[in-house]
Amino acid sequence: MPGDLIIAVQHAAGALGQEPNQPQLLQARQMQALSFAVHIPLVCFGIAFPAMVLFVEALWLRTGDAAYLALAKRWSRVMLTLFAVGVVTGTILSFEMGLLWPAFMATFGDVFGLAFALEGVSFFVEAIFIAIYVYGWDRMSRRAHFLTGVPMAIAGVTGSLMVIAVNGWMNAPTGFDIVDGKVTNVHPFAALFGGNLWHELTHMYLAGYMVTGFIVAGVYAYAWAKGRRDRYHRAGLVVALSVAALTAPVQVIVGDWAGRTVAERQPTKLAAFEGLSRTSKGAPLDLLGYYESNGEIKWGIKIPKGLSILARHDPNATIQGLDSVPANDRPPVNIVRYSFQTMVGIGTLLALLGVLYIATWLRRRRLPRSVWFYRAVMVAGPLAVVALIAGWVTTEVGRQPWVVYRIMRTSQAVTDAGGLWVAYGVLVVTYVLLAIAVAWLLRRLARQSPTQELEA
Amino acid sequence: MTLADVCVGLIIAGITAYAVFGGADFGAGLWDLTAGGAKRGARVRGMIERSMSPVWEANHVWLIFILVVFWTAFPVAFGSVFSTLYIPFGLAAIGIIFRGSAFALRGQAATINEARTLGATFALSSVIVPFCFGAAIGGIASGRVPVGNATGDPFSSWLNPTSIVIGVLAVVSGAYLAAVFMAADARRAGLPDLERAFRARALGAGIVAGAVAIGALPIVHSDARSLYDGLTSSTGLVFVILSAVCGVVTLALVWLGRFELARVSGAGAVACVMIGWAVAQKPYILPGELTLKQASASDTTLTALVVSMAAGAVILVPSLWWLYRLTLQGRLDKPFKPMGDEL
Repeated sequence: MPGDLIIAVQHAAGALGQEPNQPQLLQARQMQALSFAVHIPLVCFGIAFPAMVLFVEALWLRTGDAAYLALAKRWSRVMLTLFAVGVVTGTILSFEMGLLWPAFMATFGDVFGLAFALEGVSFFVEAIFIAIYVYGWDRMSRRAHFLTGVPMAIAGVTGSLMVIAVNGWMNAPTGFDIVDGKVTNVHPFAALFGGNLWHELTHMYLAGYMVTGFIVAGVYAYAWAKGRRDRYHRAGLVVALSVAALTAPVQVIVGDWAGRTVAERQPTKLAAFEGLSRTSKGAPLDLLGYYESNGEIKWGIKIPKGLSILARHDPNATIQGLDSVPANDRPPVNIVRYSFQTMVGIGTLLALLGVLYIATWLRRRRLPRSVWFYRAVMVAGPLAVVALIAGWVTTEVGRQPWVVYRIMRTSQAVTDAGGLWVAYGVLVVTYVLLAIAVAWLLRRLARQSPTQELEA
Repeated sequence: MTLADVCVGLIIAGITAYAVFGGADFGAGLWDLTAGGAKRGARVRGMIERSMSPVWEANHVWLIFILVVFWTAFPVAFGSVFSTLYIPFGLAAIGIIFRGSAFALRGQAATINEARTLGATFALSSVIVPFCFGAAIGGIASGRVPVGNATGDPFSSWLNPTSIVIGVLAVVSGAYLAAVFMAADARRAGLPDLERAFRARALGAGIVAGAVAIGALPIVHSDARSLYDGLTSSTGLVFVILSAVCGVVTLALVWLGRFELARVSGAGAVACVMIGWAVAQKPYILPGELTLKQASASDTTLTALVVSMAAGAVILVPSLWWLYRLTLQGRLDKPFKPMGDEL
C-alpha cells in the first residue's frame, strides 16, 4: 500500500520556547520566496557557467583560434559579475534563515547545519579560484590558467549540492529522533544524504544547464538574427545552445523520476500538483482548469487514468488525494498546481526546441535557418527562468504548511519580531535596484567589441 | 577543552579573519567616501579599486563561515540573537547588497554622475555594515539578548552605549586596517604618493582607534559591568593587555613603513580582543542567560562539524595562501588607473 510510506506526523516543539504568534507569516514567506527567486537563477550560472567557460578555453587551447579566447574571456567576466551578485544575494538568504525563521534554526540547526558548513567551504574555494581564474588571464601559463578553473567548476557544483541536501531533508526529514517533542539522537550525515537529495540534485543541475544554456544562447541568437555571423558569435551560439539542447530532453526523464518520488514520499504534495481531492484508483489527469473549493477541477482537460500512469506507471494504481490529511495540513492547491503545470509545460516546449536543434544538426550538419528558430531561442532563456522558479514554487509551496515535512509547521518556525512589512518593502526596493544595476552592467559588457578582450 | 570550545574558537577565528580582511574592505569604503572631489580623490579611488577587486569576494566568505558554524554548533543562541537583533542584522544585509553591487558596477561607470552615485552608495554602506555588526556584538556582550524568539528589545539591544562604542570601533579599526593594507599595496605598485597618503591615513586612524578603545573602558564600566569585570580580571585582562600591545606595535610598524608586519600585528590586536571577550563572558554564550554548555549542539554534530572544518581547511588554507600570495606578488592586480579622473 502506498499509504504505508507516509511519515507519521510527529510534532517537534520549538527550541526557543513559546510558539510564535506572527500575524505576518505570509509576508515572511513571501520575503523568503522573493529572495530565493532572485538568487536561484544566479545559482544556475554557478553550476553551469564555469564548465562552459572552461570548455571554450579548452577549445582555444586545442585550436589556437582567437575567437574562442575572446569568448572565454568575455564569459569569464560575465561569470565573475554574476558570481559577485550571487555572493550578496546568497548572503541575504543566510541572514534570512536567522531573521525570519529563528525557531526553525534553533530547533534543527544542529541537524542540517553541517550541510551549510560544507557549502561554506565550497563557496570559499569557488570565491578563491574564480578570482585567480578571472584576474589571472595572461598572467600565468595557459595550462596553469586552465587548471585554476577546475576547482572553481567543482566547487560551484558541490556548494549547491549541499544546499539542495538541506532542501531534500526539509521535504523528507531523517537523521534524528523526536522524544517528548525534543529533537535528539542527531546524525548529521544521515540527515544530509537521506532525504530527497538525489532526484532534487539531478533535477536542479539539469535546470542549471538549461537556464544558463538558453539565456546565453539567446544573447547570441539575437546577434545571429541581426546578421552578426562571425566565428565569435557562432561559437557562442553553438556552445550555449548545444548545452541547453542536450539537457532539456533529459530533464523530461528526470522530471518523471522526481514526480514519482514525490508520489511515494509526499503524496499530499503530489495531490496538490494535480488537484486530486479524493484518494482514487486509476486517477485521471487534469490539464489546465481551476481547482475549486469543492475539490473539483473546473474547465480542465481530463485524461482518464493519466495520473496513475504518470505517478506510478500503472493505470490502475491508487493515488492518495488531499482528503488523506486534515484540511489544515494541505498546501494551497491552485498555486502549487499552476506552478507545476507551468514548469511542465515550459519544460516540454524547451525539450522540443532542443530536439529540433539536435535533429537539424544530425540530419543536415548545419544550424537551423528559420528566423523563427532564433526568435524561439531568444524567448527560451526567460522561459527557462520562469520554469525554474515555478518548479521551486511547486516544491516549496507544496511542502506547506510544513517547514520540516510533517514535523514542524512554518507557523512554528517564524520570527516573533514585528515590522515585517517595512522589511518587505525595503527588500523589494533593494532587489529592483539590484536588477536594474545588473541589467545595465551586462548590457554595457555586451556592447563592447569582442576584439577588446584580446587587447589587455 | 571541549568540542564546544573548539567551535567557539572557530567562530573567533572567523570573526578575526572577517574583521581583518573584510573589515579592511569596508574601511576602504570609508577612505573612498572621504577621498575628496572627483579630481582630488581620483588616485585614492583608483588604488582602492585596484586593491579590492580580486579579493573582496573571498574576504566576504568569512562572514558566511561565521554564520554556519554559529547556527550548527549553537542553534538556540543563534535563533535568539538573530530574532532579537533583527534590525542591525537586517540593515547589515541590505548594506552588503548595496556595497557589493555598487562596487562591482562602479568600475564600469561612464559618466561622473554615475560614478559619484555608485561611489557614494559603496562608501556609505561600507560604514553602515561594520557599525551594525559591531553594535550587534555589543548587544550580545552586554547581556541584552535573552533566550527566546525575538524576546529582547529590538532597539535598546543594539542602540546602547556599549553597542555604539563597539560599532564605532569596528568602523575605525576597519579604516585603519584598510589604510595599512593599501599603503603596502601602493608601495608594491611603485606609487609613492599613494603610499604616503595611506600611511598618513593609517597613522591617523590608528590613533583614533586607540583613543576609541581607551574611551570604551569607562563606557563599558558604567553600561555593562560584568563584561568590564571580565575584561579587567585574570585571563581577560591578559588578552586586553596583549591586544593593546599589538595595537601600539602596529602603529610603530606603520610609522617605520613595515606595512606587511603591521597587518599581522593588527590581526593580533583584533584576535586578542575577541579572545578576551570570550573569556570575559565565560561560561556564558548569552551573558546571564545561556551557558555554552546549555547552548551546544550534540557531540555527534559538533564532532561532524569540527572534522568537516578540519578537512575543509586542508583544501582552503593552501588555496587562500595561494590567492593572497598571487595578490601580494601583484600577479592578479588590475592595472592602476585613477578613478573618475578621465570622466
